[in-house]
Amino acid sequence: MNPLIRILQRAALSLTLIVAATALQAAEVRVAVAANFIDAAKEIGAAFEAETGHRAVLSFASTGQLFTQIAAGAPFDVFLAADRDRPHRAVADGLADPDHRFTYAYGRLVLHSREPDLVVGPETLARDPVGRLAIANPATAPYGFAAVQVLERLGQWERYATSVVRGTSIAQTYQFVATGNAELGFVSASQLADRTGGSRWPVPDDLHDPIAQDAVLLTSAADREAALAFLAFLKGPRAAAIVERFGYAPGR
Amino acid sequence: MPDLAELWSPVRLTLILAAVSTLVLLVVATPIAWWLARSSARWKEAVAAIVALPLVLPPTVLGFYLLILLGPDGPGGWLAEFGGARSLAFTFTGLVIGSVVYSLPFVVQPIRNAFEAMGDRPLEVAATLRAGPWDRFWSVAVPLARRGFLTGAVLGFAHTMGEFGVILMIGGNIPGETRVLSIAIYDYVETLRWTEAHVLSAGMVVFAFAVILAMLVLEKRIGRAKP
Repeated sequence: MNPLIRILQRAALSLTLIVAATALQAAEVRVAVAANFIDAAKEIGAAFEAETGHRAVLSFASTGQLFTQIAAGAPFDVFLAADRDRPHRAVADGLADPDHRFTYAYGRLVLHSREPDLVVGPETLARDPVGRLAIANPATAPYGFAAVQVLERLGQWERYATSVVRGTSIAQTYQFVATGNAELGFVSASQLADRTGGSRWPVPDDLHDPIAQDAVLLTSAADREAALAFLAFLKGPRAAAIVERFGYAPGR
Repeated sequence: MPDLAELWSPVRLTLILAAVSTLVLLVVATPIAWWLARSSARWKEAVAAIVALPLVLPPTVLGFYLLILLGPDGPGGWLAEFGGARSLAFTFTGLVIGSVVYSLPFVVQPIRNAFEAMGDRPLEVAATLRAGPWDRFWSVAVPLARRGFLTGAVLGFAHTMGEFGVILMIGGNIPGETRVLSIAIYDYVETLRWTEAHVLSAGMVVFAFAVILAMLVLEKRIGRAKP
């Protein structure tokens, strides 16, 4: 037989095998995750992979940034937002499935400083002169929006309005505080769950609207079954335990 | 109809930042360029490479180091304490420092080239006419290298106008203080306010085109006027 034909035959055979193997392989779920949920999502993703054999690929940004990306056709299957508003808008715009939307967690806000004893309570915000205070960008990050509400209800917003530092997401906001570039910052309780040191004041829930974090299935989902498996896992008791351990109130 | 005052604030801030940064850049870059062009030190190319680093490094690397250097654990925090602050990050001064580092190669290189192209001859002639070193520099070298200065200044200004990544990391998005044009556009896009994003982006395209065109035309003119 012509050696060239033999080589081609072999190549065709191996190609067939590769394609067959890929089809048998576990599916991939691409999850757009709001920045406050990074640490919890990584743990949930790992547990999901261990239980189902599917792969969870996580992308992080602020809720507003992720929503813009989804509206622009980003290839995500599931959206874990930090608010209720964006998943609702995704449904209204035909980007998400209203039958698969639920609240997976309620976020908690913490006033934090890396300096011990600095944060004692709301009175820390009333000090003179005002220090650098970091919040997440209220226009794109629900935790930033909640932080502004807290400042307003404490009657402090006027004092901070012109000097407040805005992180692109709650992740950058935490980084600003952790590096000490900002003296104070409103961060997510989940970011401090595994960390000690500094000082913190857990903000009472009645100082801001509830940070209800909704998950939703996107209509662009490449593998709907795998995406639904991820959402089912997120609703389940194992994920709920992780969610609670990171300082969230469980979703209902 | 977008709020024009809201749109003007980042434009104004960016123009001021670019102007201040360009002035600082000229002061910092000229002695470096002079030394690189005139020195016979063996390791001068190593210095030239350090100056050129921002050309290759991603803005995140610069932003990361600047955040540490400007912060309370670095020299920036120590300096900031004189002003009663704890960090130079999130300040206009911090942005100027970042812009100078970021745009330095764009200013040093054309000035160095101009000093090198001039050769030793004009300075030697000036020396025989008893011009002191300071005088030789100001009345001979600088006028002869004017093309390099102009190119460097325009590039430094334009490059600072378009700066984004470094400022995203060290700016903190404070309106009127660190919320520059590129950050404002980013914000508008992220919040789907596309009218505002369009106005500012189109303005930036027109600006960039005008700068590049003006530089090409000016370079030719000055080149022709050269003695």
